[in-house]
Amino acid sequence: MGSIWFWFVAAMLGAYVVLDGFDLGVGILHPWLGRSENDKQLLLRTIGPVWDGNEVWLIAGGGTLYFAFPLLYASAFSGFYLALMIVLWLLIMRGASIELRSLMHIGVWRAFFDGLFFVSSALLAIFFGAALANVIRGVPLGADGYFFLPLWTNWLPGTSPGILDWYTVLGGLVALVALALHGALYVAVKTEGELQQRVRSVVPRLWIVLFILTGMDLFASVNVRPDILDNYKAFPVAFLVPAVVGISLVGIFFFSRKNADRNAFTCSCIYLAAMLVGAATALYPRLLPSTSNPSLDITIQKALSGPHALRVGLVWWIFGMGLAVLYFVIVYRMFRGKVSLHEGGYGH
Amino acid sequence: MDALLLHRIHFAFTITYHYLFPQLTMGLALLIVILKTIAIRTNNERYNEAARFWARIFAINFLVGVVTGIPMEFQFGTNWSRFAQVTGGVIGQPLAMEGVFSFFLESAFLGLFLFGERRLSKWQHWGAAFMVFLGSWISGFFIIVTNAWMQHPVAYRVMPNGGFELTSFWGLLTNPWALIQYSHNMSGAVITASFVMCAVGAFYVLENRFPEHGRIFLRIGVIAGVISCVTQIFPTGDLHGRYMAKHQPAATAAMEGLFTSTKGAPIVLMGQPDEQNKRIDNPLAVNKVLSFLIYGTTTAEVAGLDQFPPDQWPSPLPLLFYAYHIMAGLGTYFAALMALAAFLLWRGKLYTTHWILWPLMLSFPLPYIANTAGWMTAEIGRQPWVVYGLLRTSSGYSKYVSAGNTLFTLMGFMGLYTVLSILFLILVYRIVHRGPVAGPAEASPQSAFTS
Ligand code: HDD
Ligand code: HEM
Ligand code: HEM
Repeated sequence: MGSIWFWFVAAMLGAYVVLDGFDLGVGILHPWLGRSENDKQLLLRTIGPVWDGNEVWLIAGGGTLYFAFPLLYASAFSGFYLALMIVLWLLIMRGASIELRSLMHIGVWRAFFDGLFFVSSALLAIFFGAALANVIRGVPLGADGYFFLPLWTNWLPGTSPGILDWYTVLGGLVALVALALHGALYVAVKTEGELQQRVRSVVPRLWIVLFILTGMDLFASVNVRPDILDNYKAFPVAFLVPAVVGISLVGIFFFSRKNADRNAFTCSCIYLAAMLVGAATALYPRLLPSTSNPSLDITIQKALSGPHALRVGLVWWIFGMGLAVLYFVIVYRMFRGKVSLHEGGYGH
Repeated sequence: MDALLLHRIHFAFTITYHYLFPQLTMGLALLIVILKTIAIRTNNERYNEAARFWARIFAINFLVGVVTGIPMEFQFGTNWSRFAQVTGGVIGQPLAMEGVFSFFLESAFLGLFLFGERRLSKWQHWGAAFMVFLGSWISGFFIIVTNAWMQHPVAYRVMPNGGFELTSFWGLLTNPWALIQYSHNMSGAVITASFVMCAVGAFYVLENRFPEHGRIFLRIGVIAGVISCVTQIFPTGDLHGRYMAKHQPAATAAMEGLFTSTKGAPIVLMGQPDEQNKRIDNPLAVNKVLSFLIYGTTTAEVAGLDQFPPDQWPSPLPLLFYAYHIMAGLGTYFAALMALAAFLLWRGKLYTTHWILWPLMLSFPLPYIANTAGWMTAEIGRQPWVVYGLLRTSSGYSKYVSAGNTLFTLMGFMGLYTVLSILFLILVYRIVHRGPVAGPAEASPQSAFTS
């Protein structure tokens, strides 16, 4: 039962990264791609009808985490207090910037929200990447399962690190570049003409950086936490996951060179999902490892809710996810096709 | 200030601010469905314009509701981690279900509703509006189930590690407290929306701009208002009060300012509680009415605060007393105002009677105050428990998050929300100023919410 919920929560967070990832990416690239007012509006239109729904994956995933693993939710959220609050503020600013920008025809107003959109999207990507890196590196858990991390200490991932150290910042940069690339491929799918050309031209540069950073990050992870390989050694099939990471990266390169934007974007989705599955595989059955003593790790077993709740949850979760996927299919179908500035610009 | 107090203020501030928006969302969603229904049945284009006008306000309001709601979801963990840890097995359930069943629904159909009018058929578009309404009311239900369990825990078992475990899913969802609370709360949301709609209507009629639309707003607002103001007091408010007297007697005593148990207890309409001397200063009281309201007879004994050890008194007690009296006082005023307005509407004089249009225009902030005061009554009345009778608030907060950290983030939220409020007011003012018959430029959709 615990393992099922572990993978359910991982799947929801994965859906969040893949879906909200591209609209974060649009925000990160906004200053470079949005040269004219038309471009800026087009860029916002590519994500306009979907960003809020994408963000619900984070909320629903967080709720499900709270429900299935209360101890993890309580310990991690209070332990990363300041970082989490900053993330919340960024989410507020980002939502406001997307929606309020177009409501006034004042240049300064629009320029302000454009800037806010970029800054909040970029910082969110970095924080999300750093968060994942924190979970892999581990935190100094106490005997009661709690901890409190300062934002930074000496920037070294030792037994009492900060939320930001060289390793987690590296994770943040990987996320920044990966989501920027993801967003670029999405924009290439949704636009045409000059804007599409421009975005296609940034893809190879982002790709090179991502390729290097991914390699560095895998290498660093194994160095910081040698035990993340334990599961892989015990079940060598799991090495398929890093293989998929590599293949999808190559796929992005290959397809984007041939201007097969849709396939390249699919590869990017697979890349993000595989990175997360790889991390989850390394962690399992731990949810939050300790930096000092493995017996203090928060594991599935330690954090799991009561059996009745989980059994009932299985029923509504599957039903509810079915509905959610249905809504997404409806919305994405409704708004499929290239965006344009004309009235009713979606679809045909 | 100590950490506990700061965590309480932190939560109170952020949730109070959040709830300013969903109350309009939920109420307005219903009124928009009504406007669209009338539009289809009468083929009157004015009603469609009215629905579009309110959809624009709805969109901005919804946005602020969303961005301020996300912090709420995470604050159980950040600021109330002990509470979250032990209760997650029970109330994590409705919270997760809220995300899965209502937020997905709302966000998907809101996009269709705001964007899709040209591409959907009349009835499909009506359906999108209806789904948005449904989503927001389902969301309200799950969150009330969460709160009701904290007020009146049911269907749980204590696990060996001190956490709570759910024993009956349906027991949790049909918690009698939740059903009463839900009906009272939703009725309160409709009150807010009807007052806001009336205010804009009265403004247009008094200004003689868009008078046709103004009259529609007034008509719908007054009819919805009179119904919801009555249900707010009877049966929902009355039931709520009685149920509380039975299950949270200390809170009832404190709300009513009853320091000593009394047979044939009087109701205090106004006064200032004096905790040291255990009495009400300057009381304006009506004899025996409290006993009658709670037990239906004028002689029944009502438990006073003397029955409870002081460490089980809700605190801050005066705030609880005032909050309750403000809610009930405003509730009486609302019912009176709306009844008068409805009478004039029936006689066909509403639109020309200036002495009623003025209060209808100016009263729209009051339901926000009443709803907030109501929640303060509920939440302070629950003190000193975070889960009534089971877990003290002082054992629920995040011990490792220092007072300094909490103050820092509290100030951050205050600053951010001040800016957000200013933007919100500017944008809503602009929509009201432009009026319901916007030029074609306004109608072109830009993004998920804002058209
Ligand atoms: C427009 C808003 C509004 C108005 C006019 C009233 N209420 Fe109310 N009341 C609420 C809005 C509200 C609320 C915000 O919706 C609360 C907070 C928690 C809840 O579920 O409903 C609430 C709570 C609440 C509680 C506290 C329950 C608890 O501690 O959980 C009681 C006893 C009443 N109400 C009773 C009344 C009575 C007797 C009223 C008669 C005049 C009244 N309310 C008018
Ligand atoms: C229905 C969802 C809600 C839930 C689950 C909830 C939960 C909580 C929690 C966990 C606390 C902190 C613990 C405590 O102080 O007891 C709290 C406090 C508080 N909440 Fe709520 N709340 C909800 C709705 C609201 C709303 C809508 C308002 C106001 C508009 C509100 C007003 C307050 C206040 C004023 C406090 C501080 C009480 C005090 O500590 O004295 N709550 N609530
Ligand atoms: C502590 C308690 C609360 C939490 C954790 C919470 C959480 C949230 C979240 C995460 C959202 C954004 C959803 C989205 O992205 O679409 C939201 C919006 C909403 N909330 Fe709350 N909320 C709380 C209190 C309340 C209360 C007391 C009510 C009303 C009874 C309420 C009703 C709504 C509604 C109707 C929406 C959607 C519409 C809107 O945002 O205006 N919430 N809430």
